[in-house]
Amino acid sequence: MTATIPTPTPNSVAASPVMNWLNDGWITTRRNLIKIKRVPDILVFTTLQPIMFVLLFTYVYAGVIDIPGSTYAEFIMAGIFAQTVVFGSTYSGSAMAQDLKDGIIDRFRTLPMSPSAVLVGRTNGDLLINSISMIVMMTTGLIVGWRINSSPLEALAAIALLLLFAYALSWVMAFIGMSVRSPEVINNVSFLVLFPLTFISNAFVPAETLPTPLRVFAEFNPVSALVQAARELFGNTPAGSAQSEVWTQQHPVLTVLIGIVVMLAIFVPLAVRKFANISSR
Amino acid sequence: MSYIEAVDLKKTYTPKGASPVHALDGLNLEVPQGTVTALLGPNGAGKTTTVKVLTTLTRPDSGTATINGVDVIASPERIRPMIGVSGQYAAVDENLTGFENLDMVGRLYHLGAKQSRVRARELIDLFDLTEAQNRPVKGFSGGMRRRIDLAGALVMRPPVLFLDEPTTGLDPRSRIGMWEIITTLVGEGTTVLLTTQYLEEADQLADSISVIDDGKVIAKGTSDELKASIGGQRVELSLVSQDDAAAAREILTRFGSTEPAVSLDGRGFTVNAEDAPAALQLILTEFASRGIPLYDAGMRRPTLDDVFLKLTGHTASADDAAATGTENTDAPSSRKAQK
Ligand SMILES: Nc1ncnc2c1ncn2[C@@H]1O[C@H](COP(=O)(O)OP(=O)(O)OP(=O)(O)O)[C@@H](O)[C@H]1O
Ligand SMILES: [Mg+2]
Repeated sequence: MTATIPTPTPNSVAASPVMNWLNDGWITTRRNLIKIKRVPDILVFTTLQPIMFVLLFTYVYAGVIDIPGSTYAEFIMAGIFAQTVVFGSTYSGSAMAQDLKDGIIDRFRTLPMSPSAVLVGRTNGDLLINSISMIVMMTTGLIVGWRINSSPLEALAAIALLLLFAYALSWVMAFIGMSVRSPEVINNVSFLVLFPLTFISNAFVPAETLPTPLRVFAEFNPVSALVQAARELFGNTPAGSAQSEVWTQQHPVLTVLIGIVVMLAIFVPLAVRKFANISSR
Repeated sequence: MSYIEAVDLKKTYTPKGASPVHALDGLNLEVPQGTVTALLGPNGAGKTTTVKVLTTLTRPDSGTATINGVDVIASPERIRPMIGVSGQYAAVDENLTGFENLDMVGRLYHLGAKQSRVRARELIDLFDLTEAQNRPVKGFSGGMRRRIDLAGALVMRPPVLFLDEPTTGLDPRSRIGMWEIITTLVGEGTTVLLTTQYLEEADQLADSISVIDDGKVIAKGTSDELKASIGGQRVELSLVSQDDAAAAREILTRFGSTEPAVSLDGRGFTVNAEDAPAALQLILTEFASRGIPLYDAGMRRPTLDDVFLKLTGHTASADDAAATGTENTDAPSSRKAQK
């Protein structure tokens, strides 16, 4: 180390709070992009896993599960989309816990940055990963025989709905991550909660084929609403499928939109407040 | 009014299923502008908690704190633009390179893209991290990580600097480098609050030292004032043979003003004396007349180690061999302090 200290750097360029907020959000997002680049496991996992799921489900179960009025490939894709983006949103939980563990949160908390910036950057990171997964899955799906039977606008709405739902869930997970503070626990718990949630749903088999208790659970399961919404918007609902008695299944798009708004309205403020009072050790 | 002021800070932690810990128990602190104050204290004294309160990381249960008149607890967002912080544990992003870490901190201080890069490069040079700058921090050694964290505290040349054990884990060259950096910054008007376990560091850097224990300041003053406050000088000697220990103890008790303290190996003795030169003469004469061979003998002023050990209740007593051992191993630094 040398004792000569270079000439003073002038302090902050004066900027509006909005510009600062955008700057902070971008810088923390960029940090997560660098992480994706540098820890390629995440990207490999998020691209290979959906490909594997698409191939496994369409080829292994296509012959076993009969979807009247449609093909299994058409039926299953909305389920795989939903499952993948839901799992993709859990990174925010483990990453926030990891940041706390590493101590970097203490650095952020002493900087004059917006208190929501770290969370914005984190959830943006999930959004990006999920977007990449969506592209990969849709491409793989189209190869194995999945078709979009609706207008491009509806298809875009389906994609937006899936990504937004997962984005809102990322905020929930970020809050949980800061509360639980252990990346390992977060990973295990999300597995324990999300696996049943995605499997006891209409994602992989029509809900009406499930035994009664599971069918009831599946019909009220928010993941089922997401799957149903995506299925309808992609035009993948089997022609003769039974109309559900449950309101959320009759109005899946609205249900999902409400779910997104509710999750964001509750967990964005909660997570930001949690962040403003948290410290690593 | 002092630049940094803390009045009657209290903070109690209640770990699940354990009794409450009073991390801060009425702590007061004043740091005038452009000076260095060092917090000294044993493990768990509340040093880190004090720093965390003043850097907006932790809210105290009660008490007030201001920096340059701004209330730390009520307006943390007005405090953050004027402080630079390096905590006890390095707060760095493991996946970013050294350069990217500093660049990010600059951007979050709103220095702008160009300034942030320039500043990051300057700090990389200043902290001798040129070779490592483009490697992810993940692969850094402990001391390198520490240096990146210290550099992070200096990114926007803050008027106030908080350094929690800044040189722990640094090699001697980096430590002296850090001392030079701090001295230069203070010369330019920066106000510094640091904590340290190295008493020599406090001796070298601090204009004022606050000794804290159990969440309170138990003594404060300049290094010299603190040394004077515990009074007297010490006569130190070491025997050639441990067989003479009993005789040595008897002689020192007679001429010293305290019970002699014995080093771990049983051959080194320290005793306080009002008039050390006279006491030393008498003691040496007595040893000579009895024919007890000595390996070394001399006197010294109290060091900060003595102050620390005395004030924080871990005073070297005759049968407290461990504490005396500490005293003995610090002999080289104490000699320097005499100059
Ligand atoms: N988050 C926490 N939860 C529970 N107890 C805590 C917490 N932080 C600090 N403490 C307790 O408060 C006391 C003061 O801790 P602090 O970290 O301030 O000590 P310190 O003087 O920095 O010690 P050291 O020299 O070991 O760094 C300790 O008893 C510690 O166990
Ligand atoms: Mg500490």
